[in-house]
Amino acid sequence: MSETEDADGTEASGEVVTTAHGSGGGQMRSLIGDLVLSRFEDAGDVGLHDLDDGAVLPVDDDQSLVVTTDSHVVKPPVFPGGDIGRLAVAGTVNDLAVMGATEPLALSCSLVVEEGVEMDFLDTVLASARATCEEAGCSVVTGDTKVMGSGDVDRLVVNTTGVGLVPRGHHVADAGLSPGDAIVVSGTLGDHGIALLSEREGFDFEGDLESDVAPVNDLVAAALDAGEVTAMKDPTRGGFATSINEMVGKADVGAEIDERSVPVADSVAAAGEVLGIEPFDVANEGKVVFGVAPEDAEDVLAALQDQPLGADAAIVGEATADHPGRVVLDTGLGRRYLTEPEGEQLPRIC
Amino acid sequence: MATDSDKDLQFRDPDTAEELTERLEELMDDIGEPVDVMHVCGSHEQAIAKFGLRSLLPDGLSVRMGPGCPVCVTNMPEVDEAVALAEDGKVVATYGDMFRVPGTARSLEDAKADGADVRVVYSASEAADIAAENPGEEVVFFATGFETTAAPTAAVLSDDPPENFSVLSAHKYVPPAMEVVAEMPDTNIDGFLAAGHAATITGYGLFEEFVADYDIPVVVGGFEPLDVLLGLERLLEYVRDGEAGLENAYPRAVSEEGNVQARDTMWDVFETESGEWRGIAEIPAANLALREEYAASDARERFDIDPDVGGEDPLTEQCICGDIMAGKADPDGCDLFGEECTPQNPVGACMVSSEGTCKIWYEYGGQPDL
Ligand code: SF4
Ligand code: SF4
Repeated sequence: MSETEDADGTEASGEVVTTAHGSGGGQMRSLIGDLVLSRFEDAGDVGLHDLDDGAVLPVDDDQSLVVTTDSHVVKPPVFPGGDIGRLAVAGTVNDLAVMGATEPLALSCSLVVEEGVEMDFLDTVLASARATCEEAGCSVVTGDTKVMGSGDVDRLVVNTTGVGLVPRGHHVADAGLSPGDAIVVSGTLGDHGIALLSEREGFDFEGDLESDVAPVNDLVAAALDAGEVTAMKDPTRGGFATSINEMVGKADVGAEIDERSVPVADSVAAAGEVLGIEPFDVANEGKVVFGVAPEDAEDVLAALQDQPLGADAAIVGEATADHPGRVVLDTGLGRRYLTEPEGEQLPRIC
Repeated sequence: MATDSDKDLQFRDPDTAEELTERLEELMDDIGEPVDVMHVCGSHEQAIAKFGLRSLLPDGLSVRMGPGCPVCVTNMPEVDEAVALAEDGKVVATYGDMFRVPGTARSLEDAKADGADVRVVYSASEAADIAAENPGEEVVFFATGFETTAAPTAAVLSDDPPENFSVLSAHKYVPPAMEVVAEMPDTNIDGFLAAGHAATITGYGLFEEFVADYDIPVVVGGFEPLDVLLGLERLLEYVRDGEAGLENAYPRAVSEEGNVQARDTMWDVFETESGEWRGIAEIPAANLALREEYAASDARERFDIDPDVGGEDPLTEQCICGDIMAGKADPDGCDLFGEECTPQNPVGACMVSSEGTCKIWYEYGGQPDL
């Protein structure tokens, strides 16, 4: 963008990008909306403007290609329960899966490495990426490696792109909720975000706080086999609160969530209270939020609970015709709105 | 503190909540007119909002917010001082909430974006550790908070901190602020729910004089949702009986005496002085300044602080934080709420801190008509 005018001839605002633009809430959406979306046209059944987890492009009458891409940076790059290699592979596999492409065809993997990074560290990360590929039943088929000067990038950025196939017309968008649909989550929420925040801030909580990072394609496949899934999202950045708000916003329905039925590990709840951070507001890397046709909710739940990653799955609420675009949380005591977190989550003062 | 009795108490038990809510209804029926009570602690507002407690309160019972957040009441020029120190090359350590509070011209976050060394810490001792690890740097702890954090700051100062460590105190003392609010002509408060954390240090006995002087009931309450409901129940009992009593509804943490040692250390290190609470008033004896014996660790004594004071932002003039903290308004009564003023782009401090009423309303969806 030029000093004074942008491409449309409007005056430049002088604004700069801040970390808050990257934390997944309303600010990020306006950044993407203003700068990116306005410049590219849609193609396919699900495109850029849908802001879904990936794009869906028809190949022929029978099949569509699902494509997704993500860049991964994480602090620290090796964390309790995983590392950036596992995160990059699982993140991309999961984005494909929640579009309905549960058998990833292949991934690409690009590394941007800071000069001075230890070989052993890279070795660990790539070994972990490979192991995660095996778990998910896919492989990395192309890639790229760049080395940047010290300080030009923070240790390591991993970009992964994934492709998969869905039977034409059988992808699952995140916008498909209808009133009455059950909201189902595949397991405990907040594990990744709270584990990372605790590690980063040097809190030594008793009990194990571990990231949930894992590929969920088998889990999603089991759900799709068991019943009619109307909407899906993987609640990464911005957490469950952001995902469910996005889902109701796109579908123009409301939702009622019963807080007591939402699975949250005790250790995560306790650490969240100490940090002053809501587990609903932070990232998950191995979880899925489903909308399920009401008559199939129990079957889908049972199928999830049969899976190793779905043992704690639960029906947590339902979509409603009331208060479109908003999520009401019944706390078991009173009721309030569940809103999306904005900006960086900073632990509180006391 | 977490003992077996904690488990027995079932702080979040819906049945007990229902019983308490019914009690509140009965009491309000007995009283037969609207009641306004005020809490003076951001954590109370947190609990109320997070658990949706306002949706449970009987009609006519209004729980107002008081000057309950130490970040919100920190005056802009105090922020300016911290920013000036950071820009002058000192390492400034402070609590996370303070990081983004706007000063008159800039926030610590702005200073950091321009290369200043600003660190977020969780305690005064962590700030002192940074000083110990960086003997070549001057490390200033921008210390905010009420009694709860003032006592630990005092403990660090009295325990021979590193020479390169100093404190810029913006610590505040709650009781005098309650007096000011109680005296405000257009704030008609029928009772106070006092902050349990602060009282852990100072003891609930401290409020005896206040109750007598202002003829108003005070109940010290904890922060679990049932603690809050219980505190409200006790307050309404006093209101019904027309009595100005003092009660401790948080006995598992608060005693009459408080934590004598922590309190003594606090008063060894700090003395009160008059100061401006942001948006509220100049409050006598409500700021905690370092005593002369600690001048060597007092950033104001040690450095020639020359803050870059900005002009008044027109938006700031529309901010009604002061009215909100005086119990006269709700956040959605502010024209800027959720529009010009959001947690990402805060106009007033109340939208920054996780204890700030505006932020809490924003985060938990305000007081929805559910
Ligand atoms: S310091 Fe603690 S007791 Fe005081 S207002 Fe903050 S949370 Fe409440
Ligand atoms: S919404 Fe913003 S501007 Fe309005 S009172 Fe609250 S902090 Fe001040």
